[in-house]
Amino acid sequence: MTTAAPTVSYKVPKRRHPVLLFATQQPLGAGGLVFIFLMAVCAAFAPWVAPHDPLAVDYGAMLSAPSSVYWLGTDSFGRDVFSRIIYGARTALAIGFIASFIGCTLGAVIGVISAYFGGKTDLIIQGIMDVLLSFPIIVLAITVVAILGNNVVLGFDVNLIIAIALPMLPRVERVVRASALALRELPYVDAARAAGYSHARIIFRHIVPNVVAPYLIMLTAFVAQAILAEASLSFLGLGVTEPTPSWGLMLSGSAADFYQQAPWMIVFPGIAISLGVFAFNLFGDSLRDWLDPKIKL
Amino acid sequence: MLKFIIHRFLLMIPTLLGVAVLVFFLLRLMPGDPVATMLLGDGGGANVPQAVIEQERARLGLDRPMHVQFAKWFWSALQGDFGYSMWTGKPVLYEIGIRLELSLQVAVMATILAILLALPLGTLSAVFKDTWIDQSIRVFSIAGLAVPSFWLGMIIILLLLTYFSWIPPLTFTPFLENPRENLSQLIWPALAVGYRYSAVSTRMMRSSILEVLQEDYIRTARAKGVMERLVVARHAMRNAMLPVVTVIGLEFAFLIGGLVVTEQVFNLNGIGKLFVQAVARSDFTMIQGLVLLVSVFFVLINFVIDLMYAFLDPRIRYR
Repeated sequence: MTTAAPTVSYKVPKRRHPVLLFATQQPLGAGGLVFIFLMAVCAAFAPWVAPHDPLAVDYGAMLSAPSSVYWLGTDSFGRDVFSRIIYGARTALAIGFIASFIGCTLGAVIGVISAYFGGKTDLIIQGIMDVLLSFPIIVLAITVVAILGNNVVLGFDVNLIIAIALPMLPRVERVVRASALALRELPYVDAARAAGYSHARIIFRHIVPNVVAPYLIMLTAFVAQAILAEASLSFLGLGVTEPTPSWGLMLSGSAADFYQQAPWMIVFPGIAISLGVFAFNLFGDSLRDWLDPKIKL
Repeated sequence: MLKFIIHRFLLMIPTLLGVAVLVFFLLRLMPGDPVATMLLGDGGGANVPQAVIEQERARLGLDRPMHVQFAKWFWSALQGDFGYSMWTGKPVLYEIGIRLELSLQVAVMATILAILLALPLGTLSAVFKDTWIDQSIRVFSIAGLAVPSFWLGMIIILLLLTYFSWIPPLTFTPFLENPRENLSQLIWPALAVGYRYSAVSTRMMRSSILEVLQEDYIRTARAKGVMERLVVARHAMRNAMLPVVTVIGLEFAFLIGGLVVTEQVFNLNGIGKLFVQAVARSDFTMIQGLVLLVSVFFVLINFVIDLMYAFLDPRIRYR
């Protein structure tokens, strides 16, 4: 055998920025991300984006149709629907992000602890999670709101955030626990244990970095859920209270009385909710395909 | 199989007990005294002597220690007695019973609608993967996850109102009384709630079929010359059903949540509306009874799904 080794020529892929890579591989997800970014900018700079004060009552312009002054019309108090939607993005995104951050982080921490220690700890935690899982999401959220009432701190209803975050906890916990259970058996964790590292060090240095992917995927997915939950609770009159602009709240109360006179009061806030949730779902789905397609939510 | 059923059944008991404990004690943390709310009204305007309030508390058993209250409540709940609504004074089970038919019917109709949509759409989407058929079905189902059911309900009402001058009727017509009237009344809320349901199931059906189509037995079927249509209908769809069954069961939780909100939109006096009213009136016993029944129902559904799973796929055995 004297043939020369065949020369294999292949292009070394250029290293590209991960954001760029994501955008080229998941165009739909990138679209979602762009929309989320736009929404966040509108929410952050609401006073400059919104053409009117969202709370300004104008009885002279009650229920006026979309026009060059009021782009999406006005509600039964003469408040500008477009401006209220812009400010509503603030409420939706703030509550959505905070609630899902708290819910997913706590869920992930409990999941990792439960998987790492196993045995009795695991059994007890799983028991509690099973109980929490037996409540449908909205039912649990409504019950928590009913029990805690409203408690506004720094402009945010803390109890509303708890109510939205709590149902996420067991759902995130299950997924993260499953990932962590597999990690626990890996040789490098054994090695770390053999080296005499503390539990805290093994958990935070060796296990947590490896459950970041499912955590991030759950986080984006649950922001969408949280926006929907906030809208539903506010619609029922159990969430954000008047006069704070919220998409769900805009659909409740008087909106239903003016189906025919002022359909814009119903149509536009709903489109805002749907687009917001849609963007997060799109981004979350693509993020999952990109990071770890095996994770099932 | 029997051993599996018994084991799975026994596993439910601690969960249900936990649910009962949680529901009971959480509601005791609620601010606002139900007796005061009931007798004084929300503003506390009426003038009621303290003695009367005490007497009422004693009558409702609210003056006894917490664990005694729980034991008493739990024991009667096991016997099907959930106490009396603190608002209407009628038995909780009675109030639920008169509304159950409506909510259950909407739920069942939504489920049927979802399955009828999901099975063909999901299969089509998988078989024609990456064509325009697949793309449009996927957009349709991703949209279903984003559109809130109550808003979809409002849009449906808006359209019906504009084009057919249809107004949601104020009274509920039972199915047996007038099936036509009943269905024309409930199909819209079922559609509003069922859209999300069908969207989730469609997505699951699609990915499940795609997975099954990779299997060896599909290649075998194709190799022996089975028509592609039969390969999909007989070999792929049947084996792809399993995860879809799970999703349909799990999504039932969302269905209940959707009902709570959608019943408000369509002005249906069902379980969901009862729940929201009970919360607004701090009606302890009613909330307790409702939350407990809903979660027991939910746990039971998961139990049935697990059994179906084991029945549909003999490879699955409990550990």
